[in-house]
Amino acid sequence: MCFVFLTQTRELLFDMTSLLTFPKGGVHPPEAKERTASLAIETMPVPDELEVILGQHIGAPCTPTVAAKAEVREGDIIGEVTKGLGVPLHAPVAATVKGVFQSAHPMRVSAPALLLVTNSEIPAVRYSRLDWELCGRDELLKKVHGAGIIGIGGAGFPSHVKLNPPPDNPVDTLILNGAECEPYITADHRQMLEFSQEIVEGARVILKILGIKDCRIGIENNKPDAIAAMTKAAAAASSASAQITVHPLKVKYPQGSEKQLIQSITGRKVPAFALPSAVGVVVHNVSTTKAIHDAIVLGKPLYEKVMTVSGKGISRPANLLVKVGTRVSDIVAYLGGVTPALAKIVMGGPMMGFAISTLDIPVTKTTSSVLFLAEDEIDTRPHSQCIRCGWCVEACPMGLEPKEVAIHVEADRAQDTAQFGVFECFECGCCAYVCPAKRPLVQFMRLAKMKAKR
Amino acid sequence: MWTVVACLVPPLILSVFIFGIQTLIITAVSVVSCVAVEAASQKLLGRRVTVSDGSAVITGMLLAFVIPPGVPYLLPVLGAVMAIYIGKHLLGGIGYNIFNPALLARAFLLATFPVAMTSSWLPPLHDLAIFSYLGTHVDAITTATPLAVLKTQGMAAVVEQFGATSNIYTTFFLGWRPGAIGETSGLLIVLGGLYLLYRRYITWHIPVSVLGTIALLTWCFGGPTWFGGDPLLAILSGGALLGAFFMANDYVTCPTDKTSQLIYGVGVGALTVLIRLKGGYPEGICYAILLMNPLSSVLDGWFKPKRFAAPAGGAK
Repeated sequence: MCFVFLTQTRELLFDMTSLLTFPKGGVHPPEAKERTASLAIETMPVPDELEVILGQHIGAPCTPTVAAKAEVREGDIIGEVTKGLGVPLHAPVAATVKGVFQSAHPMRVSAPALLLVTNSEIPAVRYSRLDWELCGRDELLKKVHGAGIIGIGGAGFPSHVKLNPPPDNPVDTLILNGAECEPYITADHRQMLEFSQEIVEGARVILKILGIKDCRIGIENNKPDAIAAMTKAAAAASSASAQITVHPLKVKYPQGSEKQLIQSITGRKVPAFALPSAVGVVVHNVSTTKAIHDAIVLGKPLYEKVMTVSGKGISRPANLLVKVGTRVSDIVAYLGGVTPALAKIVMGGPMMGFAISTLDIPVTKTTSSVLFLAEDEIDTRPHSQCIRCGWCVEACPMGLEPKEVAIHVEADRAQDTAQFGVFECFECGCCAYVCPAKRPLVQFMRLAKMKAKR
Repeated sequence: MWTVVACLVPPLILSVFIFGIQTLIITAVSVVSCVAVEAASQKLLGRRVTVSDGSAVITGMLLAFVIPPGVPYLLPVLGAVMAIYIGKHLLGGIGYNIFNPALLARAFLLATFPVAMTSSWLPPLHDLAIFSYLGTHVDAITTATPLAVLKTQGMAAVVEQFGATSNIYTTFFLGWRPGAIGETSGLLIVLGGLYLLYRRYITWHIPVSVLGTIALLTWCFGGPTWFGGDPLLAILSGGALLGAFFMANDYVTCPTDKTSQLIYGVGVGALTVLIRLKGGYPEGICYAILLMNPLSSVLDGWFKPKRFAAPAGGAK
């Protein structure tokens, strides 16, 4: 016991003198970011056809507001949420609407989407700088909603809801998530380098909406150039009413998970099933903050996305600015095709993403990467039985028991897994990453969530 | 798994120089039998054959390590059937066995071949005459283990038989004492264990709690007077070190939670000392581990990992 105490004290002292991090669990997968980290964001030419999925965010999917054959300009609203939580959808390009079709989807297999055919005869739209500082809080909130902003770091939660926390949970801190802890992905990294001033201005917009002045930007320490760029921009933009600081974080996956990030930066723990506002914090991804900047400062809705295309299976890795609705097949064609080494295509990061089985799948607002992985970047060995080594329990940042969940699911007893905390699992994949038996523990967790009752 | 095998190779090589070349033969027979039984069991039960994972090799080595160096070669073969077929695959295969397969087999052999298993101890060799025990009738040369001498004749006899007190620790630590094939060299076992710790395949919780409890309880109750026992001798004799570093912390049969592991380790240590001091056998760690094995899942049911944060407003 004394031993436990000593090691814990040592870790505590160590952490106090070094980088911010969360104490429990986490893993260190190979970062594999070097392929794209130094590549500037390039704008991909607009493809001839776009498939804009109607359900881009958490909440109710949009209903189309345009009929077939209608002509839309870039940025026009093409879908609205009539009932429930959601944000409008905008035309990524000037186009002629072809109608609603079923589109392939990485998680939902298929989903309804608006098919748009690019129409170059419609005049282009230009955005110019607006004087947002004069706008009131409600007006800014309305604009964020109207611009279709959602958490594009991955979750897809409508941003205007996050920016309007319940009055009984006073918020005092805004955290910008620039951790980008998923291997391979460098989209946020590049945006922090190339749009540091825009991100900081976006942060000032959010601070104004929330009526607070403390903004902390968390960036993993493997991006020293981004830390430097953001520190410079933050210092230039800080004032008495907006104190923006940059906080280097220890490189540890999942540092960019909302609850872990809040703990790393503020030491506060968000209770299970609660939102960050319960501990007085609002978290936005740096790319979402950039989108909020574009919406408020330029009046430009969210219909483009910076994403990383990487892996040994693609001819030319890149950080691309693409239109929402661009098909993966068009991206592959633009980047010179795949290499013979290609073994698996993953949409999203290697830890949390989903393998896809078709290239006819469109980019959504939340797509941060498409990875073309070779045989030596993945593990295709068959999984075996659980040997109860407990590594998954050690690795779980939420203190859950993935091994027990998996054993119960295998024994067709998924209904009994709530006791192991399946509903607190955010599917970071640390458990599956460390499992020596190669068990697909995240998939077991997802199955358990579907079958168990809360 | 293969790292564990590699950690078991140095004690095996040393055992050849302590007890002769037949330790290598017994270990080979045991490993080959375990692998063969594993393949046969999996074929028979219609499961995927997974002998390449190294698990059966470890069981084979550990089984050989806990039996005396002078036993007939048939014993490890029977032990392999017990360990792998009955102890592992009939219970569901790797991950589903309740008891440590190697120790289950040792207990089985001790019950079925009590004479061979309790009297085939050989005195250590001193002149690299590793072939001298080959073909000889072991009954003529067997000796008693230090723990057996301690139990029946007392500490004075141990010192008389195995050298002066200061020498005993050194000889025992190096491994030159009667005992099971792989249990005698404290040095190499500890080095192997430390390497596994360094590679983070094991944690300190079980080895430290097992050995700490053995030392503490032996010191308290193991001597002629209270607090008169010899804790160092207790750790260096019998299978304490091998059990603590390579058997009690077997992933499948030990608890996963760290608190559970500490309690489990204390239980193993306490039962070991209880059997050594009050039981019928001179050494007790085998039964101590087997008795604690089924409690692993119970302990894990009691002690849960600490969740990130509880739901607001109490449990849900």
